[in-house]
Amino acid sequence: MTEITEVPSPFCGIGTDDLSIQVDGLSLKVTANGCAVNTPLFEQAITDTSPRVGGKEASLEAAVAKAAELLRNTKLPVIGGCATDVNGMRGLLALADHCGAVVDNMNFVGARNNFLALQDSGWMNTTLAEVKNRCDVLLVVGTDLEAFAPRFFERYLWTDAMFVEDSSQRQVIYLGKAPSGSASTSPNGNQAQVFECATADLPEVMAVLRALVKKQPIRSACVAGLAVADLQGIADQLKAAKYGVVTWAAGALAYSQAELTVQTLSEMIKDINDQNTRCSGLPLAGKEGDQTANQVCGWTTGYPARTRFSRGYPEYDPFLNDSRTLLANGEADALVWVQAFNSQSVPPVTGLPTIVVGRSGMTFSQEPDVYIPVGTPGIDHAGHAFRMDNVVAIRLKKLRDSGLPSTADVLNAIEHAL
Amino acid sequence: MLIKLSGGTVYDPAAGIAGQQQDIYIQDGRIINAPAEATPDKDYDLKGKVVMSGAIDMHTHIGGGKGNIARTLLPEDHRADPVERTHICRSGCGHAMPSTFVTGYRYAEMGYTAGFEPALLPINARQAHMEMGDIPILDKGGYVMLGSDDYLLRMLTAKQDQKAINDYVAWTINSAKAIGVKVVNPGGINAFKFNQRKLDLDEQNSHYGVTPREILRVLATAVKELGVSHPLHVHGCNLGVPGNVQTTLDTIQGIGGLPMHLTHIQFHSYGTEGDFKFSSGAAQIAEAVNKNKNITIDVGQILFGQTVTASGDSMRQHANHKHASPNKWVTMDIECDAGCGVVPFKYRDQNFVNALQWAIGLETFLLVDDPWRIFLTTDHPNGAPFTSYPHLIRLLMDKSFRNDMLATIHPEAQKMTTLASIDREYSLQEIAIMTRAGAAKLIGLKDRGGLSAGNWADITVYTDNPNREQMFEKPDYVFKDGQLVVVDGKVIATPWGTTHTVKPDFDPSVEKGLKDYFDRYLTMKVGNFKISDDEITDDGRGSVTVHPLV
Repeated sequence: MTEITEVPSPFCGIGTDDLSIQVDGLSLKVTANGCAVNTPLFEQAITDTSPRVGGKEASLEAAVAKAAELLRNTKLPVIGGCATDVNGMRGLLALADHCGAVVDNMNFVGARNNFLALQDSGWMNTTLAEVKNRCDVLLVVGTDLEAFAPRFFERYLWTDAMFVEDSSQRQVIYLGKAPSGSASTSPNGNQAQVFECATADLPEVMAVLRALVKKQPIRSACVAGLAVADLQGIADQLKAAKYGVVTWAAGALAYSQAELTVQTLSEMIKDINDQNTRCSGLPLAGKEGDQTANQVCGWTTGYPARTRFSRGYPEYDPFLNDSRTLLANGEADALVWVQAFNSQSVPPVTGLPTIVVGRSGMTFSQEPDVYIPVGTPGIDHAGHAFRMDNVVAIRLKKLRDSGLPSTADVLNAIEHAL
Repeated sequence: MLIKLSGGTVYDPAAGIAGQQQDIYIQDGRIINAPAEATPDKDYDLKGKVVMSGAIDMHTHIGGGKGNIARTLLPEDHRADPVERTHICRSGCGHAMPSTFVTGYRYAEMGYTAGFEPALLPINARQAHMEMGDIPILDKGGYVMLGSDDYLLRMLTAKQDQKAINDYVAWTINSAKAIGVKVVNPGGINAFKFNQRKLDLDEQNSHYGVTPREILRVLATAVKELGVSHPLHVHGCNLGVPGNVQTTLDTIQGIGGLPMHLTHIQFHSYGTEGDFKFSSGAAQIAEAVNKNKNITIDVGQILFGQTVTASGDSMRQHANHKHASPNKWVTMDIECDAGCGVVPFKYRDQNFVNALQWAIGLETFLLVDDPWRIFLTTDHPNGAPFTSYPHLIRLLMDKSFRNDMLATIHPEAQKMTTLASIDREYSLQEIAIMTRAGAAKLIGLKDRGGLSAGNWADITVYTDNPNREQMFEKPDYVFKDGQLVVVDGKVIATPWGTTHTVKPDFDPSVEKGLKDYFDRYLTMKVGNFKISDDEITDDGRGSVTVHPLV
């Protein structure tokens, strides 16, 4: 039995890298700095060790050969999930390029809210260490931050800071969703201010908040059940802050055209920076390889991970390349599902030939034609993953010798067998 | 396999050879002396062809987060330049900020065999190496960025001695797998986080009380004392600000004779004369460069058309966002380490400022005497995409072409430049110095950038053509480490290049202070921060080359 310390997690998105994990053969136990998100995903036992073809155990070679056969004469295969490490995404994109596939990250519908805003007007953003050392006012929009990342407050707010004299005096404001617990309460008992409204009303609320930041007159006293005076209070706090931070999870803004909300808050941040102080955005993401997928697809193709290769070169379309639509409309003719992090995340059920390259332990309502269990990056093999703030790639460690192949091993083998 | 290149006209400034007919022999990837009696397995008849070593771009943004932001920001730019998959090459996109694979192909297709990313943020170095790991054919490397990191500024405020700073700089070079050190708007990126919007050479950071001049001094000293060949690579204060020529002259004086490389100096050579209060400072800059032998520069030429600027200089990029075209832009504050700003630009020949920027860059090229101390760059993609180099070479080598172009730009800009009166035309030997021998010498690449025996066989063969743009955009052959990779301007093989680094020594006790700092203030364990060689080599495509210290 050994204990490995300073283990980075690919699961929570906020780049915790201080976990201690006890390794006993193939079983892992988080002994320090676990959380509700990370601990179960590290401790999950390996169940499947052998690939299956048509539901029957098969050798890796046979499974790879079958996968290649299923893909060989397809016209528009779809590669969904895209939840893996950097080398896995490299292999995935090489395979997609080779067989003219559509690449679609499973979290893209949420991420699209950010990409559309970014590609239309841009933003001013920051990263976790800047939040930790500078943030004096944190505005959380539409998101239950501690459910998203249980250790966010402990690691990045209620901690020593270089430029915030008393970090327990930092102000936390929730707009939209209320927090599900008390992690946002400061060590000396200061509670977050909470201004709740329906998530679907955030476009209106953010529009008014931005108008107030820009000193536009608002005639109404109330918007979506919130007092305009309270929103004025938020605007005033952001403008009085030395380094305000506005955070949101794009996936939590689950309503139509939420990119306009992201745009409104990003433009509001720019407005504040034109009023003689600093303010930055902090988009929350980084789960199950979503940032990794978009980063690697970005440098390999120029576009985020909703891109097709069916014409021999990459074409990005954040709507038309939605794999679920392509499957539903009968446009796709095969499905490859890549998910090395989460065995609960299984492919959509379809009548098409289906290949799953997934974390050991997946259970299917409909057995795929080929299932190849792969190791999890950061547990079964070393790798790289991008944190939520995109700038920081973490070096994932190998913790045990499971003998499971990596996503890259499997996808490279399928590509070579094509 | 023994390869012979027969009878080419060789320009090899590293060996003092300027246009002599010579045979070159290649074996096991390297150039060798003529073997006593061996029959080549392959003999290329290069009579009448021009032979140079592979070109080296010593300042090009080819890896790292800001480049990927630039890519993500501009899908419309990629759509206009799709690159199809072939049986040899991966698909991708081109124009302003090409995809990684296309970057490698297009550089090689112009005869380049190495490119150096000048802004490797320590915290983002891992991403930069991963992106460069997906650039085929080229060798690569990076200059690690310091000077706005809170750790260094705390050291300066605490009056730590030069030895302690040297240890920190050496540790950072090792951790980030770099071959040099860069500073961008010294202390200014940090000052922007404290809401300072400008920072002159002698202006204090409002929190630390440290000035850019002090930062430049300690970093240039560290680089020299550590024996790193490449001098401190400096993106100075006040980028793009009219009147910044004085800042740049003061920066040269202020460094007190220490080796210093001033990058994309075109953006730092502006006066305030004339009706538009914007004028060329190129003559003053060239005079100072000619006089101060410790100074090297690259130009950062702008060329007209759409591009995107991606810089570590968040302070200046925020100020420049009002020029964004199309109107979308990004800035980031990054990890108490650095920052970045990405602003699309469309340089227009009928815009007075852009037209004069174009002329200022060319004046600089033509007024600096010593081609060993000036380098051909567009600061890709900031002044123009690297694919415009052949056009730029023609502007330098062909006076009548240059003057024809000059006659088309904004008329007021024509009046504000001395370009028409400059007769100089660069020779092939001078081009070979700027883009090969000089660059290799500046970066400290042993056995690259030359064609004498012992060098790696990175070789480009051109057909001599009075139209230098056509000549340089389509080499007949390119060899990388002795392997033929390009024929008639098209990639035929895609090997992987190496990553060039230096590993200066440091006192290991430096890590104690760093560990405490990382634990207390940063978001990563110091052990997880350091990049190990296997991260570059473990998928079998990369390798790490360590160059000697001086």
